[in-house]
Amino acid sequence: MRDVAVIGIGCTTFGEKWSSGFRELFVEAGALALEDAQLSGEKIDAMYIGNMSAGRFIEQEHIGALIADYAGLATHHIPSTRVEAACASGGLAFRQAVIAVASGMEDIVVAAGVEKMTDVEPGASTDTLTGAADREWEGFVGATFPGLYAMIATDYMHRYPLTREQLAQVAVKNHYNGARNPIAQYQQEITIETVLKSTMVAEPLRLFDCSPITDGAAAVIVAPFDRAREFTDTPIKVLASAQASDTITLHDRRDISTLDATVAAGKKAFRLAKLTHKDIDMVEVHDCFSIAEICAIEDLGFCRKGEAGKFTADGETALSGKIPVNTSGGLKACGHPVGATGIKQVYEIVQQLRNEAGKRQIDDAKIGMTHNVGGTGATVAVHILGRV
Amino acid sequence: MVGIITYGVYIPRYRIKVEEIARVWGANAADISGGLGVFEKSVPDLDEDAATIAVEAARNALLRRNIDPKDIGAVYVGSESHPYAVKPTACTVGEAIGATPNMTAADFEFACKAGTAAIQTCMGLVKSEMITYGLAIGSDVSQGAPSDALEYTAAAGGAAFLIGRDDPIATIHHTCSFTTDTPDFWRREGEDYPRHGGRFTGEPGYFKHVEGASNLLFRQTGKSPKDYTYAVFHQPNAKFPQKVAKNLGFTSEQIAPGLVVPRLGNTYSGASPIGLAATLDIAKPDDTIFMCSFGSGAGSDAFDIEVTDAILSDKFQRDTAPGVEQLLKNPIYLDYARYAVHKGKIVMQL
Amino acid sequence: MSVARFWRKIPQRYNMIGTKCENCHRHFFPPRTFCPDCRRTGRIVDHKFAGSGTIVTYTVIHTANEQFEAFTPYVLAIIQLDEGPRMTSQIVCSPGEVKIGMRVKSVFRRIATDGETGIIHYGTKFVPVE
Repeated sequence: MRDVAVIGIGCTTFGEKWSSGFRELFVEAGALALEDAQLSGEKIDAMYIGNMSAGRFIEQEHIGALIADYAGLATHHIPSTRVEAACASGGLAFRQAVIAVASGMEDIVVAAGVEKMTDVEPGASTDTLTGAADREWEGFVGATFPGLYAMIATDYMHRYPLTREQLAQVAVKNHYNGARNPIAQYQQEITIETVLKSTMVAEPLRLFDCSPITDGAAAVIVAPFDRAREFTDTPIKVLASAQASDTITLHDRRDISTLDATVAAGKKAFRLAKLTHKDIDMVEVHDCFSIAEICAIEDLGFCRKGEAGKFTADGETALSGKIPVNTSGGLKACGHPVGATGIKQVYEIVQQLRNEAGKRQIDDAKIGMTHNVGGTGATVAVHILGRV
Repeated sequence: MVGIITYGVYIPRYRIKVEEIARVWGANAADISGGLGVFEKSVPDLDEDAATIAVEAARNALLRRNIDPKDIGAVYVGSESHPYAVKPTACTVGEAIGATPNMTAADFEFACKAGTAAIQTCMGLVKSEMITYGLAIGSDVSQGAPSDALEYTAAAGGAAFLIGRDDPIATIHHTCSFTTDTPDFWRREGEDYPRHGGRFTGEPGYFKHVEGASNLLFRQTGKSPKDYTYAVFHQPNAKFPQKVAKNLGFTSEQIAPGLVVPRLGNTYSGASPIGLAATLDIAKPDDTIFMCSFGSGAGSDAFDIEVTDAILSDKFQRDTAPGVEQLLKNPIYLDYARYAVHKGKIVMQL
Repeated sequence: MSVARFWRKIPQRYNMIGTKCENCHRHFFPPRTFCPDCRRTGRIVDHKFAGSGTIVTYTVIHTANEQFEAFTPYVLAIIQLDEGPRMTSQIVCSPGEVKIGMRVKSVFRRIATDGETGIIHYGTKFVPVE
């Protein structure tokens, strides 16, 4: 098993990108990554692409081949594979790329994520996202994706001392960070009042508790750590890659307010990297909804169950806090092109570790973590990356 | 002895008052309530229809008595608001009560008497020993055109009667019918709302047929109104049954328990069946009940019913399902706007 | 949802038919044909759930998927059935009424339709027990 490094990164801006179709998004992100690694395309040995639902969003399957073709690599006949785990598609694509390199099977591998969500009506978009849950026993009876997370919030707030204002602070903090991230969908800061006055989506979650519909693509390139310096002066080592699964339905979980897959993947990642929470300088967590960030911080072990609300309100997860969470702006402010998010999280951590995060830069960033969730927690991928 | 083995009712919780409908159309509520004898009517929930009402009524019937649904050999549902023009409500009911697949089924339509026609059919199948039990249901979510007289009374509800031979709670000694081709009230295929002949629906419609069937039964059985403890008539409003009762020689006390229309409205195929259920809810062994339904088009079915000891036995647990009075309690009132949404009266963009 | 896909699960949708393991008495809804605890020593039989349960958590949906838009706001909940398994379902009650711990029982309602001309999807919802 070889050590793996990230040698190049690229990301489009995230937002409603009317002029960019699915293919244009990927090509843009891919080109940026190749440029960043000073790599020419024919050196790519394999590609893994995270994408949740091109079939429903743009009536297109066979994404691996499509992307290889539009990346100009079809005639090189490289293996190109689409990876899907709903909102964790990107995280899993990254993990597959890491495994390919670590195993020695491939050398230079692209891990990308792309989602084009605005070519369909918003109604069709939200219905497609419901496919991340259990269509038969959740979607069919009237559950929506925000509705499922709202039920987590109701359960959590019934059992733990989380206030509505503390929950809103998650979105406020993420917008603050997003306003300092050039690629983020939302560039404006908001207040707690903005959140509390926004339209109710599924009680208690309001519009500003929910990540948006977004177009975007991100790509990173991984290589054997021993060869990384051929391509970059700032190789970032993959210190751990972990993935876990859990029941598809929320109602079958052991504990509605705990994502056991996050707990399992998080513990495994720390064990593989031989690190503890104190070693992590910043973490990108999966805040598809504000309550998801609350659970994530606790389930990854950065604070005790029931305390993430106070932890957030006290500023511990802000840029200046004990453990900055979602310096990119998270899914809420940066945007959530579903399949791309997991790769964007790696992109953000790599930028932080390379000291390229501009106004969001965390001082002396050495080790970062990413946390990517599929559905209401049926799939989780956790990665730890470090500057060496 | 062929009779009623068990019965069940379902009435949706929502109501709208006659005065609220009158307010919208600029009519005089007191005149309308005074003229019809109806004060409020039931309204289905957004997710209710004649099938869901029929299922709930049937399930309520089966809660009251220990019957193996697999012994139900026939299911007939009478309605003028079947959810499908083609695909029987009876199949959905059969499935939802666990009676499928070894049974026969069909939907009936005969305006407001489709439910009692189903009772008669079940009686024939049971009496001939073709089946052990037959389930007859009258269920409707009736429509009345906006501002039409019928809008004040067209209501939602249903009742289910399980017919059998073995230890009935009420024996049906006799039934007979009076049927003619009379265009008093109709709805053409594809139309949203029914039409009617105004005052023509009275004498040539309701009264001719109810009196025709009732007098036919009296002749065939040798009985007369004074032989009955109670009487139930089809109730499109409160005035018609009160008048026909008087015409035939029944007293207001006899028809009182079965006269629920003032607080319920006209549940069309459910009307006579719910009236009968309300009467059975308070009936005692040996009470006799006369019932005569009416369906526009037109026809009436008359029944001679006698309550047995079984109604108070351990075999029949009336309190395991709600009675008509309980279903009429705790209503949720709607204004006309919400009522129109519930009844699909607002044209939506698809 | 295609007609076949709806039809296939009618026993579960209309009548809450699940299974139980006669070895360990664990109940399953939707049905499982294999007991994950007992494995080869398990004995699976059909079980018709009584339809009684308790609300574990809930939300009130204001922004719904297309087929449910006409019903908003509506209550969605996770219910713990008395026999053990949990399920997700709508609760027929006013949004203000629903509480964690509330007792509910099953009722037969229209869940959705396949547009104006497709089939009607009937199924089970729950109402508060008075």
